[in-house]
Amino acid sequence: MEKTPNPPSALARFADGDFFYTFKRSPVAVVSFVVVALLVLAAVFAPLIAPYDPFNPASLNLMNGFSEPMVPNAFTGETFWLGTDDQGRDVFSTILYGLRISLFVGFAAVMFALVLGVTLGLIAGYIGGWVETLIMRVADVQLTFPSILVAMLIFGVAKGFTPPEYRDDVAIWVLIFAIGLSDWVQFARVVRGATLVEKSKDYVQAARLIGRSPGSIMLRHILPNVLGPVLVIATISLALAIIAEATLSFLGVGAPPTQPSLGTLIRIGQGFLFSGEWWILLFPAVTLLTLALSVNLLGDWLRDALNPKLR
Amino acid sequence: MLAYIIQRVVQSVVVLLLVGLVAFSMFRFVGDPIDNMLGQERTGADIERLRGQLGLDQPFPVQYYKFLEGAVQGNFGVSYRQGRPVSEIIAERAPATLELAAVSGVLAIAFGIALGVFTAIRRNGIASHVIMATSLIGVSLPTFLIGILLIYLFAVELGWLPSFGRGEVVDLGWWTTGFLTASGLKALILPAITLGLYQMTLIMRLVRSEMLEVLRQDYIRFARARGLRDRSVYFRHALKNTMVPVITVVGLQLGAIIAFAIITETVFQWPGVGLLFINAIQFVDIPVMAAYLMLISVMFVGINLIVDLLYYFIDPRLRVDRGAAAK
Repeated sequence: MEKTPNPPSALARFADGDFFYTFKRSPVAVVSFVVVALLVLAAVFAPLIAPYDPFNPASLNLMNGFSEPMVPNAFTGETFWLGTDDQGRDVFSTILYGLRISLFVGFAAVMFALVLGVTLGLIAGYIGGWVETLIMRVADVQLTFPSILVAMLIFGVAKGFTPPEYRDDVAIWVLIFAIGLSDWVQFARVVRGATLVEKSKDYVQAARLIGRSPGSIMLRHILPNVLGPVLVIATISLALAIIAEATLSFLGVGAPPTQPSLGTLIRIGQGFLFSGEWWILLFPAVTLLTLALSVNLLGDWLRDALNPKLR
Repeated sequence: MLAYIIQRVVQSVVVLLLVGLVAFSMFRFVGDPIDNMLGQERTGADIERLRGQLGLDQPFPVQYYKFLEGAVQGNFGVSYRQGRPVSEIIAERAPATLELAAVSGVLAIAFGIALGVFTAIRRNGIASHVIMATSLIGVSLPTFLIGILLIYLFAVELGWLPSFGRGEVVDLGWWTTGFLTASGLKALILPAITLGLYQMTLIMRLVRSEMLEVLRQDYIRFARARGLRDRSVYFRHALKNTMVPVITVVGLQLGAIIAFAIITETVFQWPGVGLLFINAIQFVDIPVMAAYLMLISVMFVGINLIVDLLYYFIDPRLRVDRGAAAK
């Protein structure tokens, strides 16, 4: 028998694997992945890429206000790729910073929902009894209401608890809390279902037999085996969270104008729709749309790829 | 059977009591109601008097009971911002939201079912592919962007339709309607499309996939073999059997339409309950928020209950399973 050479590295195994193969074969997946990656990079490196710092009042020149895209400003002669808003802020730069806020809120909210939902799902599935009944009943009740409505209410109540002078500073965190809390149910339900299946398997019985604590069994044994579907829900939730954030900010109950997200920028831009400054609205809207659509497509593809029944 | 119905009703009441507790806690613990209602110039006597009036000197369960009693009678206290009874403000705003929701619901159901049947019958036609692709974009497009897009096209560029408000309304005493004037009807078009579009795509996709499923079955082949006309096969035999899931989704979406009206109403400055709620959040007007929460919960829980019961009556196969599961 021939001796195998060095075992392939994790990366090589991934590149050679089934998952990567289906990924390469799907143009939609590749394109949407590239778009999402580019947008994330643009958001992360926004301070380096952005030609102007839109939140530094010293760098703003009111004379630059309402510059059209690609047309030199009549007063200052400066040219802005995507034009400027009423205060002379470069639209391209505000979009980069807005993307940063939108993506940050989206990721953080989904992480919060994921940790909360997976924890409660594991506990409900593994421990059972009245704890399970309580958790799942709360989940059922919350699921009766659209999550955007739940997020609005949480945002409103949290706003009531913060003194007015701090509201703008904490708005982003309140937003993450509200969207995350409105979205944990999906995670909890799926993880509970999967945990119920795993619980009765031999490896869990074995772990119990050698005296591992319930916490350790849940975290080290069951959790790794229920993570597959969680990944899919997280991707789809990300698209929903980004849209939820944009919607709340657009409605004026989200990111404040001092820290505008894409939704806030669209809210601001809508004010100029009738006076003909279309670029202030159009470019943030297109960015949001591209982001939401590509995350959505990626999530759809991931769901199909991880579901062996569909092959 | 009866046990199942009773159990569902009891469950619904428990949910409403819980939501009531949340609404009441909001009212009681977010900020100080006394602070919110009295101005800067107040005396200790004023505070004591108001405390007594609002019943804040009583124990928590008694206060909760009083709140529920008031809520059942439609009394939700006084808006912090407008200084008027919340029930009065909501009654004034409700017709706008209900008319908008009704028109969007009808649009969504009518077009959703029609397009769903069409794309299922001509599943490989070009028109079907175009409709399906458009619907995919429609699902990922946030509602408020659809609204803005429609405003831009039909109000700014073409100038055909108004971009905000209800137009002229006719006051019937207890109800204000926009159905009776030309400007009222025109003002209704864009918001109704914006609100109904998402539900329409949802219904369309559901009807399509259900139809495709049903059309594969033997009884359809048999109906064709009997020489029935296409129309009879599609509508009398196939569509009828897709209705169970469609009714469930339509029922549940009715609630969603009311909730998403918040977004549409903000985009179009439609003077309904949703806009009232958003303004209440912006100004932390807790009584209005609490009242809205209670109203919308009654609606959601009620719709869920009705849909569950309807399901039970429409599909006899479920009776055995559900009855067993309920015990």
